[in-house]
Amino acid sequence: MSTTAPPASPGTAPGPPADERLLRTSLARRLMGRPELGSVVGAVAVFVFFSFAADSFLRPSSLDTVLYAASTLGVMAVPVALLMIGGEFDLSAGVLVTTSALVSSMFSYQMTANVWVGVGVSLLVTLAVGCFNGFLLTRTGLPSFIITLGTFLMLTGLNLGLTKLVSGTVSTKSIADMEGFASARAVFAETPVLGTTVKSTVLWWLLLVALATWILLRTRFGNWVFAVGGGAGAARAVGVPVRRTKTLLYTGVAFAAWVSGQHLLFSFEVVQSGEGVGNELTYIIAAVIGGCLITGGYGSAIGSAVGALIFGMTSKGIVFAEWNPDWFTFFLGAMLLLATLLNTWVRRRAEATR
Amino acid sequence: MTTPLVELDGVSKYYGNIRALEGVSLTVGAGEITCVLGDNGAGKSTLIKIIAGLHRHDAGSLRIEGEETVLGNPREALDRGIATVYQDLAVVPLMPVWRNFFLGSEPVRGKGPFRRLDVGLMRATTRSELLRMGIDLRDVDQPIGTLSGGERQCVAIARAVYFGARVLVLDEPTAALGVKQSGVVLKYVAAARDAGLGVVLITHNPHHASLVGDRFVLLKRGAMAAAHTRGAVTLDELTRQMAGGSELEDLAHELERPPAPPPAGPDRAEGA
Repeated sequence: MSTTAPPASPGTAPGPPADERLLRTSLARRLMGRPELGSVVGAVAVFVFFSFAADSFLRPSSLDTVLYAASTLGVMAVPVALLMIGGEFDLSAGVLVTTSALVSSMFSYQMTANVWVGVGVSLLVTLAVGCFNGFLLTRTGLPSFIITLGTFLMLTGLNLGLTKLVSGTVSTKSIADMEGFASARAVFAETPVLGTTVKSTVLWWLLLVALATWILLRTRFGNWVFAVGGGAGAARAVGVPVRRTKTLLYTGVAFAAWVSGQHLLFSFEVVQSGEGVGNELTYIIAAVIGGCLITGGYGSAIGSAVGALIFGMTSKGIVFAEWNPDWFTFFLGAMLLLATLLNTWVRRRAEATR
Repeated sequence: MTTPLVELDGVSKYYGNIRALEGVSLTVGAGEITCVLGDNGAGKSTLIKIIAGLHRHDAGSLRIEGEETVLGNPREALDRGIATVYQDLAVVPLMPVWRNFFLGSEPVRGKGPFRRLDVGLMRATTRSELLRMGIDLRDVDQPIGTLSGGERQCVAIARAVYFGARVLVLDEPTAALGVKQSGVVLKYVAAARDAGLGVVLITHNPHHASLVGDRFVLLKRGAMAAAHTRGAVTLDELTRQMAGGSELEDLAHELERPPAPPPAGPDRAEGA
């Protein structure tokens, strides 16, 4: 620290700071400071690897499949990454997707209403679960791991129990012939674009990544997300509404779970009530591969998208290479370890001059 | 003098059956530094948490510019012009300096969905405000965790001054710092005072207190042990009272050189 300030230009601050202590701000060095860096390098490596290992990998139809796989995960990875930057987990996210689909399907079927009514009710129920998670967390001060583990187990039981109670089986009845199905399908499953159809999750994914990036980097709320994850005490002391921020982050996860749930329903017409268990960890893996610190305060939405892309490329690439898909989890685990090691190293460098 | 900015009169705070603070009074006027001295567990943290709005006091009165108040949360205290800089809670280490500087009071521009952070203004202001306080920052984009402890305290102080604080509450700003860094921080404290702010400086270092303080309040085990004004007390006296007077002499005896088999020292539980 220089104790005597040079009298130089206090007003012209944003200009290029010609400071002799700043050795180089080369592009490479700036990229080093980005949370996504590790995941982008990893994604390129995975892409090149499967381009050589699987002949069919580069075909448009194959890339389509990869993109679809990535998008279904990516839609959820975005808000889970935001939540993780805010310093919390949501283990209930995976089964909440199923809950959302079940509520929508069963409400429409039982009430013989337009499917959009079920979609609306489902949104309310799903957001309520998110609020419940956030409310419990901020009021009790218990770790989110415990709270959401509780809601995860409760939802798993509710999904199976209520579905059996209402439909008599573990899956819902098809709602394909019901009013409004075609339009809901266009929004959540197959969106018509320029004469062809695109998987809706891809569009939702792009939208959510763009929106989340904007929120994180350019809004007050985004600043608060980093702050509540990186130092909740300091954030509260300067007047950041910590509880509201965390609760809103849980609501964000719930919203994405609603989108994913409706996608399941309108793609497959029926919902299996036991689905979704285990997916919550996949979302977290995508976020961590994408550069989110597990301890909070650092990460990006784009990173989570790259994490999801790696996941999609690996899971489908193994199939295209005609390997036994059993190897997939091994690759995923190795990727997770590598990404975490790289992230830790980058962060140490960022804090090295302390 | 005119109405003091902040006045505590017989303030007490209890945590269940624990008496954290009992009958503490202090005043801070504009352009004055009031030092609160005390050992660990004396109740210093409780006192600032009351002034900062983190805790409500249970008895006594807190007056801000003559008006009796109970502060419900930190935001309320901030709105009344009381800014608190905590020793360990001052900043969020992983966030860039400019994001930290404006945290909680971010300027925005644009309307509706296009309302966004005024990043240009935030960067430029951070740089110029810190320069004004004499901190020549290498790069406002570096994580604030990369700054030294003294620099982080100074950023936090500069932030409070920029946002129009009228009372600055500083929690042990020099506790973890070396001699030179402490001097730098004390210089900014004095600069804030000269700018017309009232300062409450919490410390357990009587040397630092006597350098800048106008009033001194000594806390011991949750109660007020003494209150002095500048000139009415010497550094030696302050140090002696601070260190516990007769307790220090007892300690000196215990530590004398040819030691008898060491007696089991009285383990004193720390209050609050």
